[in-house]
Amino acid sequence: MTKRLASQRMISRIGLSLGMLFASATLTFLAVRMMPGDPATIILGGAMANPTPGAVAAITREYGLDRPLIVQYGFYIWRLLHGDLGASFSQHLRVAEVLRQQMLPTLALASLSLLFAWALALISVFCTVRRGKVISSLGASFDISAAALPPFWLGIVLLWILAFRLHLLPPAGSSSLLSLIMPALALAIPLGGFLAQVTRESLEIALDQPFILSARMRGLSMGQVLRRHALRHALLPGIALSAWALGALLGETAVIEAIFSRKGLGRTLVYAVSAQDMALTTGIVLFVTVAYILASLVIELIHEMVDPRLATSRRRKTS
Amino acid sequence: MIIASKKFIAWKQFPITLFLASGFLIFLLISAIIPNAISTTDPYAIAPRHAFLSPDWNHPFGTDQSGRDILTRVIHGTRQSLLVGAGAVAISFSGGIVLGLAGGLGPQWLQKGIGAVIDVLFSFPALILALLFSASLGTGAGPLALAIGIAATPGYGKMVFSQVLSVRHSGYTEAARALGHTPFSIIHRHVLPNALRPLVVTATMGVGQTIVWAAGLSFLGLGAPPPTPEWGTMMSMGRDFIADAWWLTLFPGLFIVMTVLSTTILGRFLQRRFEGRPS
Repeated sequence: MTKRLASQRMISRIGLSLGMLFASATLTFLAVRMMPGDPATIILGGAMANPTPGAVAAITREYGLDRPLIVQYGFYIWRLLHGDLGASFSQHLRVAEVLRQQMLPTLALASLSLLFAWALALISVFCTVRRGKVISSLGASFDISAAALPPFWLGIVLLWILAFRLHLLPPAGSSSLLSLIMPALALAIPLGGFLAQVTRESLEIALDQPFILSARMRGLSMGQVLRRHALRHALLPGIALSAWALGALLGETAVIEAIFSRKGLGRTLVYAVSAQDMALTTGIVLFVTVAYILASLVIELIHEMVDPRLATSRRRKTS
Repeated sequence: MIIASKKFIAWKQFPITLFLASGFLIFLLISAIIPNAISTTDPYAIAPRHAFLSPDWNHPFGTDQSGRDILTRVIHGTRQSLLVGAGAVAISFSGGIVLGLAGGLGPQWLQKGIGAVIDVLFSFPALILALLFSASLGTGAGPLALAIGIAATPGYGKMVFSQVLSVRHSGYTEAARALGHTPFSIIHRHVLPNALRPLVVTATMGVGQTIVWAAGLSFLGLGAPPPTPEWGTMMSMGRDFIADAWWLTLFPGLFIVMTVLSTTILGRFLQRRFEGRPS
């Protein structure tokens, strides 16, 4: 019985993941094909490059652009099913090779940002919750204000203050760990404000529960109660949102990497989209989708670790 | 005495931040509708001799690389930013309601199908979706609003969907059904009001978030082309001069921050009102 239900869950998860991959491939195909201009001319460098009609015809045949859209779509999906991401015409490289070169800086940036964001959120919430009206509302206002900051604007302001005024950090590049700090902060502060709002709300609710009062009556200090009893409850909504947050961060790297002139997937995606490089755009979008799927798997495991009720209730339901 | 103290309590429910937020939003509305009432100078008028003036009494926000007054341009840019924000929210709001209602009220297969579609699309990073769509729809305010609206639809759909489901299986809906009310009147009187009320809050806050996304896409060059006074485009132009002329970027961004903050404060106030909790 248990086995069957566990496998059912597995199947529905695999189904959802496959659906996501399929949807990302389809959406990318539609979006890139909807972009203005003749695809063959664009592959040859655009109308400005003034390609000969013969070259255009050759490319049209080579890429199968003369066939109906639905056939092109079929071939596109067929190639992807065989794990062939194709070659990027704008980078003159295999897409897999571009992904291999660009993924590490972006993944490092996104995960460090998520880490910073959680640290900021926890510091803000646990230093200010239930510390009297003034401090609590100061903390809450800090969360709201942080969440209102646009990451790219924050990035430029940090650049101005930390790099050009105080000369503390390098203004651009992706070589050293130091150059990772500013872009990570620019992404982390707004996300941290958002996570802090969610965590603060659930912590307030948790602290009103009877078990908190009984723990206090048993003589535990407020700090002990927060750490041992309220923390787990308060973390859950934020943890559940973390996979989504990582996906959003990967999307936002598009702007942040441009500001800090960093190497990475986000910047490459913007470049690929503006060059209408179908293969490269698809590769990056699929990569982000896979990253999201893996992240949500990990997040679910963490969620079960923090909230043992989940695993127990599942076992109880199935037995 | 008693009346006076009651009045005092009533006023306390409207915190000062709410007044500031509403005041700023009203100011933005006026700037969007009649920008000339607030700033009479021309946002396009170039004055090369006055380029890169730091903020002073004549130019409170300074001037840009062509000597144009930043304050004037920020004020004139309000219309575009608010239009994109409100337009995108209107699109995703209506799309979300259609998806959510069809899924939540439809037959079992439709419910499952739409649930899966929403799950798949919701998990996709909205900014990447918006980037893809805005590249294919073209530049300008309309396409930008449409691209962001489409990208944000799954989020709203997910919300309506779960709201409709929870209302549909709630005690009062069951009671109304037991009393013999028609499905139409149940939907009209119970499901719609209760499912859509939380969305008013989300939409209020959504305008702010949308303006941030729109500015981000303009920043990447997908919004209004450069001479247009638009917040994201202005920041994108100012980035090249950040080392020497910080005011080019700081002030348009500050307006975005204040807009998002104001919509958040207003949204949270409405939320507390609807939920009947004291603020």
